[in-house]
Amino acid sequence: MGLLDWLLGRPPSLGGSGAVAKERLKLVLEYDRAQLSPGELELIRDEIIASISRHVDVAREDVQIKLEAGGRLVAEIPLGRRGPDGARVLGGAGGAGAGPA
Amino acid sequence: MSGRVITLTSGKGGVGKTTATANLGVALAQRGRTVAVVDGDIGLRNLDVVMGLENRVVYNLVHVIRGAVDADRALIRDKRVPGLMLLAADQHSDKDDVTPDEMQAMCDELRAHVDYVLVDSPAGIEQGFRNALAPADEVIIVTTPEVSAVRDADRVIGLVEAAGKPTPRLLLNRIKPDLVARGDMMATEDVLDVLRIAILGIVPEDSAVVAATNRGEPVALLALTRSGHAFRNIAARLEGEDVPLMSLEGAEPGLFARLTGLFRAGATSPGGA
Repeated sequence: MGLLDWLLGRPPSLGGSGAVAKERLKLVLEYDRAQLSPGELELIRDEIIASISRHVDVAREDVQIKLEAGGRLVAEIPLGRRGPDGARVLGGAGGAGAGPA
Repeated sequence: MSGRVITLTSGKGGVGKTTATANLGVALAQRGRTVAVVDGDIGLRNLDVVMGLENRVVYNLVHVIRGAVDADRALIRDKRVPGLMLLAADQHSDKDDVTPDEMQAMCDELRAHVDYVLVDSPAGIEQGFRNALAPADEVIIVTTPEVSAVRDADRVIGLVEAAGKPTPRLLLNRIKPDLVARGDMMATEDVLDVLRIAILGIVPEDSAVVAATNRGEPVALLALTRSGHAFRNIAARLEGEDVPLMSLEGAEPGLFARLTGLFRAGATSPGGA
């Protein structure tokens, strides 16, 4: 296709950018329809982390909060790997550097 | 007579509202209807130029609303298509100088004389948009297959519904079939999938529109153009005809399509030449 475009003097295809446009559009509309901005979602994320952290350790870096199709706010909050006494390792996807120091 | 008031709006500017209004006006008049096209873009008058009637504007919408002249006097008759009339916008007023109630009253006066009142809304969602929306029995959302334009269309659909109007229908403008074919442009189905409203019609990108607009001739006046054919299809659907969406295969119509288009347009457009 690239060669054909070149031979016919057409601008190169950006490789299905129409599908990219549709995905971006869907995401942007989810935010618009929920009257929420990605920045506000970040704030909500921080507040959720702060709130839950008062009770239990949260693996901050792994907390995800997403706006899903149909206007659903979905949060995934893995709990901290190190318990207060290093007693238990909870949640998280595991991985390097996660063990007790 | 009590004509239908149809407002064309989009949110985003530059997607072809004015061109669509002019061409739907022409196409409906070619079908034998009486049509008043109204430029709702007060302060930024454009419909007169797109229709090639700019030299004949004497009175405008604000004169009618203020009662300086009656609507019949302010309407400019398009000599190329019997039944087609233009009410121009005031170039020296502001959108805030007119209220939705005044637009409603003016369109009610117009609809007593014609089958269709087509209101060309300004871009945006402020006063000018609210003025154009107020008198509408129906709304057509004009958009192009681009993220920004469709996003604005979605917002406007919500505002139209919140105003208690029926859910608008979509006019998807400036589709480039070759880009859609290679996956570099959202297809009609993609846009509909996201906006979830009924489709009124699709109009392919057509360089003839640029040339026609340069000359002040709405492309629907020209028999052989693809986009003109698209607008005639849309006019037919507005009148309740079940016309399938035009095929976008092939960037230009073949000889056969051109000839059938010629006959079709010849049968409907009075006094060509």
